[in-house]
Amino acid sequence: MNAELATDYSGAPVGAPIYELTNVSKTYARNLVVALEKVDLTLKKGSFTSVIGSSGCGKSTLLKVMAGLIPPTQGRVVLQGKPVTGPRRDIGMMFQQATLFPWKTAVENIVLPIEIRDGKAAAKKAMDKAHELLDIVGLKGFENVYPNELSGGMAQRASICRMLITEPAVLLLDEPFSALDELSRDMMNMELQRICMEQNATAFLVTHSIQEAVILSDDIVVMKPRPGRIAEIVKVDLPRPRTLDMMTTPKFGEIVDHIRGMLDKGEDM
Amino acid sequence: MTEFQTNQPADVETVQDTVWVQEIAFIDSVPRSIAMTFVFVMFIGTWQLVTSFGLVSPIILPTPLETLNDMIFVGKNLLTGGYMLTSLWITIKEVIYGFALAIAIGFSLGVLVGETAFGEKAVMPYLVAIDTMPKVAFAPLFVAWLGFGIESKVALAAFIATFPIVVGTAAGLHAADENARMLFKTMGASRMQTLIKMKLPTGLPQIFTGVKIGAVGVMAGAITGEFLGGGKGFGELIRVAASQLNTPRVFSLILYLSLVGLALYLLVQWTQRKVVFWHKERVGAGEH
Repeated sequence: MNAELATDYSGAPVGAPIYELTNVSKTYARNLVVALEKVDLTLKKGSFTSVIGSSGCGKSTLLKVMAGLIPPTQGRVVLQGKPVTGPRRDIGMMFQQATLFPWKTAVENIVLPIEIRDGKAAAKKAMDKAHELLDIVGLKGFENVYPNELSGGMAQRASICRMLITEPAVLLLDEPFSALDELSRDMMNMELQRICMEQNATAFLVTHSIQEAVILSDDIVVMKPRPGRIAEIVKVDLPRPRTLDMMTTPKFGEIVDHIRGMLDKGEDM
Repeated sequence: MTEFQTNQPADVETVQDTVWVQEIAFIDSVPRSIAMTFVFVMFIGTWQLVTSFGLVSPIILPTPLETLNDMIFVGKNLLTGGYMLTSLWITIKEVIYGFALAIAIGFSLGVLVGETAFGEKAVMPYLVAIDTMPKVAFAPLFVAWLGFGIESKVALAAFIATFPIVVGTAAGLHAADENARMLFKTMGASRMQTLIKMKLPTGLPQIFTGVKIGAVGVMAGAITGEFLGGGKGFGELIRVAASQLNTPRVFSLILYLSLVGLALYLLVQWTQRKVVFWHKERVGAGEH
């Protein structure tokens, strides 16, 4: 779509390991809960990975460690060859809520990460890019609209743009569409796939929905609680681009059943 | 042929439109202006009746007409720059200085208490303790410290108006949700950036609520200060009129004074609408 935007953010070739976690454990000192135990995980450039598991399986802890929001108690967390020791500009994040600020217009919200990191002047320069991104997510014409006037889905589209503006090497998605109704959610998932493919983005999604994980991912990390650990990494070899019709294929059903079986076993423990 | 019972009416002509009238409560059909006028007329009417039947002594309650006449008299004095205008101006100055002081101190303390763990742990309990005291009781102290001039009134006005602003600011700084905080962390924002670009704007509605409550308190503080500490302000005019049993004068002075309070309140409200333009107030002012 746009040659400049579709550039390879990290410079690494597609398929090369970009984010590596080795033997990562996290124990909360407060109550000695082992939230993560010996997690090994590699994200490949351009891949889409989901993590799924019952509550308390440590998936949000894993995400926070990967985002540099909390330190691990053990292990190595390395993004693009550099250890993650705090929030970084090559990590983009998106949350359940769009969290757009109502006193800023759509574009102003989108350039906020630049404004915070590089100041007002740099943010002004990034305006053109924000306009292009809004165009990509189908929000052309809404540049100067305040978030109050955007629907839930539109707000999440804008927050995708905010995540992409710093050209992150990895996108961390914390149940980004779970607050939307199911129809918009399916649509946004397809949008997300399209954007990730166009941008060659490496994505890591935390979700509660097995269907969502299967339709979007190359790899699904199934986690089990107490202590939080990886039970299995399921490969999804459905062809790309994925379409919503694939949800009715036997293969899709098989993978969903397999994961559901794993999760049910997890509940028994 | 089997006979099916269908929803289709056999004869369309027999089915009437199901248009029916929904009952509306009478008060919902009355415009606000008319409802307000009604209450006003009732009030004045009752007042007139009570006075014209001689139910209370004219010293205690003057007739509406006497009050109106006195209002016109006071109004003329104010408009022609008479001694009452000089007094009113003194009171307005006390209110403005007191309000500015309350906003400055209240906002600073609010940030200290709302943003820092030290403020929350060590300062807030004392603020709560002082806030529960009857602040008017401090008036003699302010007079002793600052004299009979406007300073002691400004101090009392500011003292009363500061606390709601502290509370509003502190509450406002806690209004930002977990997502917004996390987002700012992931963007690598400094504490100052988080405060200025996120927490403060998020908390503006609460801050303004505090300022509005303060605007009401600052008036009360200035007048109480004048009652208890003398001076030449409007409160002194009221005190003198009351001591002369000139009740119509007391009434009309209070009415003019309330106009000043109303103007201050509306000024804050107008500023709030301009500054916090994204926040739709749900409090029932204005027509639907």
